[in-house]
Amino acid sequence: MTPHAATSSLPPYFPVVMLFLAATGFALFNVILSWLLGRPRPNAAKSSVYECGVPSVAKLSERFPIKFYLVAMLFILFDVDAAFLYPWALVFKELGLFGFVEMMIFMGLLGAGFAYAWKSGAFEW
Amino acid sequence: METLLTPALKEIAIDAVIGVIKLAVIFNVLLLVFSLMTYIERRILGFMQFRRGPNRTGPWGILQPAADGIKLFFKEELMPEGANKFLFFAAPVVAIITAYVSLAVVPYGGPLVLPFYGPVSLFGRPINIQIADLDVGILFIFAITALGVYSIVFAGYASNNKYALIGGLRSSAQMFSYELALGMSWVSVIMAAGSFRLNDIVAAAERMNPWMWLLIQFPAFVIYMIAACAEVNRTPFDLPEGETELVAGFHVEYSSMKFALMQMAEYINMMTVCALASNMFLGGWLSPLPGVIPNSPLWFFAKMGLLLFVFIWLRATVPRFRYDQLMNFGWKRLIPAAAIWVVLFSGLTAVFGEKKTPPSTVAIIAPAAGQVSR
Amino acid sequence: MPSMQALERDQALTKPAYRILSEKFGEKVSRVTEYRGDLAITVDRAAWKEAARTLRDHPELDYKLFLDLCGVDYLNDESRPDRFEVALHLYSVTHKHHIRLKTAVPEKNPTCDSLTDIYKGANWFEREAFDLYGIAFLGHPNLTRILTHDDFVGHAMRKDFPTGKRFVSKKPKEWLLHVPKGSEHLVLNVGPSHPAMHGTFRVQVLLDGETIRDAAAEIGYLHRNFEKMAEERTYWQIIPYTDRLNYCSAFINGHGWALAVEKLLGVAAPARAEAIRVILSEFSRIMDHLVCISTNVVDLGAITPFFVVFRAREEIYDLLDSVCGARLTVSYVRIGGVAQDVPDDFDARCRKTLGWIREVADQMENLLTRNKIFADRFKDVGVMSKEDALSYGWVGPCLRGSGVGYDIRKDHPYSGYDQYDFDVPVGTVGDCYDRYLVRVEEIKQSARIIEQALAKLPKGDFITHDRKVALPPKSEVYSNIESLMNHFKLVYDGILAEPGEVYGYCEGANGELGYYIVSEGKKYPTRVKVRPPCYNIYQAYPEMIKGTMIADAVAMIGGLNVVAGELDR
Repeated sequence: MTPHAATSSLPPYFPVVMLFLAATGFALFNVILSWLLGRPRPNAAKSSVYECGVPSVAKLSERFPIKFYLVAMLFILFDVDAAFLYPWALVFKELGLFGFVEMMIFMGLLGAGFAYAWKSGAFEW
Repeated sequence: METLLTPALKEIAIDAVIGVIKLAVIFNVLLLVFSLMTYIERRILGFMQFRRGPNRTGPWGILQPAADGIKLFFKEELMPEGANKFLFFAAPVVAIITAYVSLAVVPYGGPLVLPFYGPVSLFGRPINIQIADLDVGILFIFAITALGVYSIVFAGYASNNKYALIGGLRSSAQMFSYELALGMSWVSVIMAAGSFRLNDIVAAAERMNPWMWLLIQFPAFVIYMIAACAEVNRTPFDLPEGETELVAGFHVEYSSMKFALMQMAEYINMMTVCALASNMFLGGWLSPLPGVIPNSPLWFFAKMGLLLFVFIWLRATVPRFRYDQLMNFGWKRLIPAAAIWVVLFSGLTAVFGEKKTPPSTVAIIAPAAGQVSR
Repeated sequence: MPSMQALERDQALTKPAYRILSEKFGEKVSRVTEYRGDLAITVDRAAWKEAARTLRDHPELDYKLFLDLCGVDYLNDESRPDRFEVALHLYSVTHKHHIRLKTAVPEKNPTCDSLTDIYKGANWFEREAFDLYGIAFLGHPNLTRILTHDDFVGHAMRKDFPTGKRFVSKKPKEWLLHVPKGSEHLVLNVGPSHPAMHGTFRVQVLLDGETIRDAAAEIGYLHRNFEKMAEERTYWQIIPYTDRLNYCSAFINGHGWALAVEKLLGVAAPARAEAIRVILSEFSRIMDHLVCISTNVVDLGAITPFFVVFRAREEIYDLLDSVCGARLTVSYVRIGGVAQDVPDDFDARCRKTLGWIREVADQMENLLTRNKIFADRFKDVGVMSKEDALSYGWVGPCLRGSGVGYDIRKDHPYSGYDQYDFDVPVGTVGDCYDRYLVRVEEIKQSARIIEQALAKLPKGDFITHDRKVALPPKSEVYSNIESLMNHFKLVYDGILAEPGEVYGYCEGANGELGYYIVSEGKKYPTRVKVRPPCYNIYQAYPEMIKGTMIADAVAMIGGLNVVAGELDR
């Protein structure tokens, strides 16, 4: 019914690589061409960092608030877990009720962790 | 020449030529659609806000995007002092690459059928408007779009600007938070179709009837659209840019073509999520009245355009969230909702569903899991 | 100075403020006057702070609302032993009464006690008096220049400071905050050139992630010393300058100025002029509120309401255009009336504009009031308690949002506001949402006032016949000698007010807009002090945003309606 990729004699990722190259070329072409056309003539005012028109005080700190790391960690945790849902969803119809129960146990564990994170205030900003 | 080419080599050559042609066409059409979109968005916003929008350059102002592009080419490049030069350059390039590559697996409408002409073929092969028909379709997009956050983080970090930094941090945390819900909203679609391939998903919708398909997947569709809106930083989730808060957020120091590339990436991402939604939930190129009106790629573009219009409409209607509201909504509402939907849908399928998935798909599990856990 | 003479003791004792102060401080209360209804009490410097405290805390007085504090330079007044004077204006919401407390400050030792721990609002006003007059306030936490910059030499408002003298600012101030050593929080400048800072003013914030830990504000980027200019202009020449104060509702500023000068002169404008003034003032108020709400919503990221609302604003501008030929800075008011009569189709135009306003107000409510995201962004954000609002000297919609129903149009009706039926909306929580709702309701009430005023717009003169105040019509100037002489005298000598001082006030779009005018009987006023509503309001802003998020800070600033022209003067 639908045309399959298998009809092509090329490796399936070949067009992706071509697209990658094309996109890279396009981006570089643009950046370089605009650099050539709009020749930079920097001066102190132009290259100063924008901070609403007044000189920027206090250097940028290398350390960011812990909150952002927390979000990142929670994400990794739950994203990896959620990734298991995909293969399961794919073959779900074959696994039937057994697969469902099994995954519910997994989801229950995931939910417990989520509830714990919620309760301990990890989602409070 | 004929003698040099074995039939196998000839096959490869033809495939390569077709591939290059398709790539060139799709690449340029996307570019055109992007520039049209900036124009259309401004016209629609203008219409909604009792203004005219761009109407001076060319007929109805349609050449405005071209004028903008030319202007941006000639703008002077600015490099803020203390910036990390490599990352500052890399950010827009990465943005464009991820935006384009993620579009590789999106089918734009099955086999190319032109009205009044019929099926189009090249070298005797039917043309499928899709760059690469990968078995792991959805996962591929999921993986590549997630890489897009790098460009924003690079831009925020490399600019040596406080506004950009806050924008970059905001953005990464926001994209993380909503990616979970986004990913979960696909599970029920994958479950119903039994495949990661977008073509298969459309086929599954066709088997069922596209309207029925949408009805069944509607909760997932809503979750997906909300999460997608947050993923592409559109109002009401445009906090990383937050014009009136962070001035322009992560791209505050960008000028000329580098700025244009960032914008372009953003719009292409928007197209990607809308294209995905129209394939996964709205039945892609299937006609809304099956059997009465023929299927056509035009349907796909109409559906995608409708979704894009919704994004523009939202921009004209709602204010922006506050950061804690955004995080609360993502973690405490959207993710639980998505999880509950997965449980509900799988439960219903387990009880009422039929077993039809071909066993061949099992072979995909291993690479798929590898892709996802990156 | 006949009428500025001190009151007799038995007469003065009928004034509760004098009675209580003289009981407490005896001889230190040196003088009490009542001129044109303004009660003014002069106390010795030693009793200054305690007198202010008594005025605030005594239950019979209850002057809780801080209005204004300013310096006055009497360099040319030989009769005074001390060169400077500090004047404090207060208001009692419970007793509906204004009072002026003054103290003399000598040139040799220009110091005075600071009132910052009595009235929070005194902080910036004392800095301003220090900046412009060089009067040092003892006990002030941060006595630095505020309107001029650090490279400025001298004190601009002193009479012996040359008018044309300029200094160039070499470098903007880098630090406004005192950041503890070793702090890893981000120091961020928001403004002067920032999309949410409508005008040019600056806040420096200390950021912990998204949360603001500390904040300090800097103003003065638009300072042009309107008050110094006013000291070298005749009373009517000042009118165009007032337009530049709150330029979103320029007409009201001129209206207030005319009222203050009329109060000083003891003249009144004809009924028709007053009705026209009311109509245009209310249109200006609507316009100001519309701009305030719509720009505030733009700050939240919704752009459409801005355009919805600006259609009505455009109509009002067209109306003003038809009346006086100018849109933004109208200069339509004159002392004793208005510049010219309204056009014939005034009534029809007004009604058409009102139609637009109604439509827009409805659309705005549909777009905003019931919009969930909008309400979430506004509710419980920037809560200002009643007490703090009074102490800071908040007025107008912001004060009413905090639950104090003080509206000059109701409590001290001027220009015939007592003839019209309207309500004063009052908030309950004092958050951004309340301030928004108060403004929306005021738009509707203003429309009501306009309708009533249009219905009974009196016939007659549009400017007073008093030839010491108003120019005669040109046709008379060209045809009869008396008018010609009137014209000549008035242009040449200006309006000559007798010596005295008044505090004239009206309800500006942002609240009580006051003009404190000191006259020494000359062509030019000796001192003009504007009491700018948003100066007090913005002063509270750095305190309000501490502990909130950047997004909240942005949501708050728009609703306070800080207009740089009025703030920096």
